[in-house]
Amino acid sequence: MTGCGPRRRSDPVGTERVTRPVDAVQRYVAQYEAFAANGGGAAPAWLRELRAAGIARFADAGFPTTRQEEWRFTSVAPLIEHAFVPAPAGAGPGPVAARGETLRMVFVNGKFAPDRSSLTGLPAGVRVGSLAALLAGASGAAAFVERHLGRGAVPADNVFAALNTAFVADGAVIHLTRGAVLAEPLHVIFASAPGGTPAVSHPRLLLVADEQARATVVEHYVALEDAPYWTNAVTEVVVGDGADVEVVRIQEERLGAYHVASTHTRQGRDSALRLHPLVLGAGWARHDITNVLDGPGAELLLNGLYLLGGRQHADHHTVIDHAQPDGRSHEFMNGVLDGSARGVFNGRIIVRPGAQRTDSKQTNHNLVLSEEARADSQPQLEIYADDVKCTHGATLGPLDPKELFYLQSRGLAPEEARALLTYGFGAEILERLRHPGLREGLDGTLRARLAAGHVTEPAPLH
Amino acid sequence: MTPAARTPMLEISDLHASVEGKEILRGIDLTVNAGEVHAIMGPNGSGKSTLAQVLAGHPAYAVTGGSIRYQGKDLLELDPEERAREGVFLAFQYPVAIRGITNAYFLRSALNAVRKHRGQPELDPLEFLDLLAEKLKSIDSDDGLMNRPVNDGFSGGEKKRNEILQMAVLEPRLAILDETDSGLDIDALRTVAGAVDKLRRPDNATVVVTHYQRILNYITPDFVHVLSAGRIVLSGGKELALELEARGYDWVRAEAAV
Repeated sequence: MTGCGPRRRSDPVGTERVTRPVDAVQRYVAQYEAFAANGGGAAPAWLRELRAAGIARFADAGFPTTRQEEWRFTSVAPLIEHAFVPAPAGAGPGPVAARGETLRMVFVNGKFAPDRSSLTGLPAGVRVGSLAALLAGASGAAAFVERHLGRGAVPADNVFAALNTAFVADGAVIHLTRGAVLAEPLHVIFASAPGGTPAVSHPRLLLVADEQARATVVEHYVALEDAPYWTNAVTEVVVGDGADVEVVRIQEERLGAYHVASTHTRQGRDSALRLHPLVLGAGWARHDITNVLDGPGAELLLNGLYLLGGRQHADHHTVIDHAQPDGRSHEFMNGVLDGSARGVFNGRIIVRPGAQRTDSKQTNHNLVLSEEARADSQPQLEIYADDVKCTHGATLGPLDPKELFYLQSRGLAPEEARALLTYGFGAEILERLRHPGLREGLDGTLRARLAAGHVTEPAPLH
Repeated sequence: MTPAARTPMLEISDLHASVEGKEILRGIDLTVNAGEVHAIMGPNGSGKSTLAQVLAGHPAYAVTGGSIRYQGKDLLELDPEERAREGVFLAFQYPVAIRGITNAYFLRSALNAVRKHRGQPELDPLEFLDLLAEKLKSIDSDDGLMNRPVNDGFSGGEKKRNEILQMAVLEPRLAILDETDSGLDIDALRTVAGAVDKLRRPDNATVVVTHYQRILNYITPDFVHVLSAGRIVLSGGKELALELEARGYDWVRAEAAV
């Protein structure tokens, strides 16, 4: 693979230039202090406290190491090694990547870019705004943010989420009031424009769907420049009783990107959440997803795909926490790995005492297309209730010769058969997207990326 | 007179084949003409399925001797996909599931590969749907399986029905049905076998590989051959199948051993 891909995890880090982890931590503490001294966007007291708690937690815990079970397969050495500076506030060059989005909020380096956004025609009951504007605006809006931001399901031990919180100043806030319906998807585009130096931004998304609301939201990470950068994103989703929410998360960063993200969801009674984490880019990525089914009868679909080639590395740690009875969760994670890429999946399912009649299924299928590519898969079931159904299964390996022969016996050339089977691995996941327009758009991307039965590099900048 | 009428569809001469170094077929001779239905019967392990797989070109089976001519050409020279495009079709005993690919998409890909080979224009999705509707009707089937991934989660009957639908769409010259009756209850068998019978034409030929006679109640064979230890040890008309049903295979083996 060409381009400025991040250092491989197995490379000896720091042979020429040693950055001690403690110094790297200090770098971000200093950035925080400068940010706080600068007024931090003239934040209200509760937000200043939230940030202070975030940096304190980060400074206390420091960067994770591969000696920690949760980080066994993913070294954060590249994050320590690069001296990332705060991403510039100015908007980067060029238009923002688009698949014909009509409703869109665009953020550049985590900051809202109203001139690139389009929010006309939002249906009644759908309130959308930038965090910075809401905080500065009417007291009702600020109170809403205060009630939800960082209050939900963000685990205390997630140091990167804590670091994001330390710098939280802007971001997307989407509030669907009771019964509101957003028929067309709302796109939230987080674009990075590092401006020539390795830079870090901390994008934030808060989505709150009140009772019986229904929406599809697309969370899309792209870049406006080819330069190393670090995206440290946090998304919080609150799904109220009977609400039905779909979140399509498209991580389409450049190969020079380090992408750290966490998604935290909490669901109420009889709610439905479909979460589709799709990894199409970034040289190095880590995504922690925690889902709490916090009301009886909640239903979760966690349906993700990672396409990795070259030296790409992607690590998913997911937690599905059945805290109430009669919940259903289906987790499908497919990986297609080529080149010397590495995919890591750790899927933990917790069934709390009293979460009776939980029905949980988890699969992680990895298609490994080259000798050097590697996949790791670890299911973890923790079941504390007795009347539950939990199944899990993982596979990894090359294309099945039986499948290849079957397709050949129907007239397809071996290369056509390989391409079709590889495409099917991704198509199986996209098939579960509810919105047909999104599904079709992503299907085109999938075909392009898996043409000829191999994972090709992310497309050049749009 | 057309060449098809002069040349046998399939001529197998002294065919030897082995898998993982073990010889399974030990000198098969068989000629199938257009318009004919041949049943290949025999006990488990006699080599029936091996013969079917060798005809389709499965790479795990090595042909160690003899020849197969198909429409006058050397079949063994052709890759599996070339055989398919030339009109050879194997209905699998265990159809394979293909994740993420819908039946309709798969069928169109396969049909277009065959059409391209024949110099016919490829069909776009709408043209294909028209053809599919017609084919479904021709075998008394519906489109309930079309938007599901190929064979994924299909019942045994659905899988076999799906094989026959592929056969209807691809219009092979030579169809080989490998234990299509296995795992089917009597209703599913009637449906599937009835569909095969509807696809019989004077210019195509069918080889029915089966352990049991019952499928032959619906697809009447012109010839019945009994395979034992890798050779055809007995051939006859359709009444031979009934005799095998009544008497089992032991007496054939006993006679063959003499």
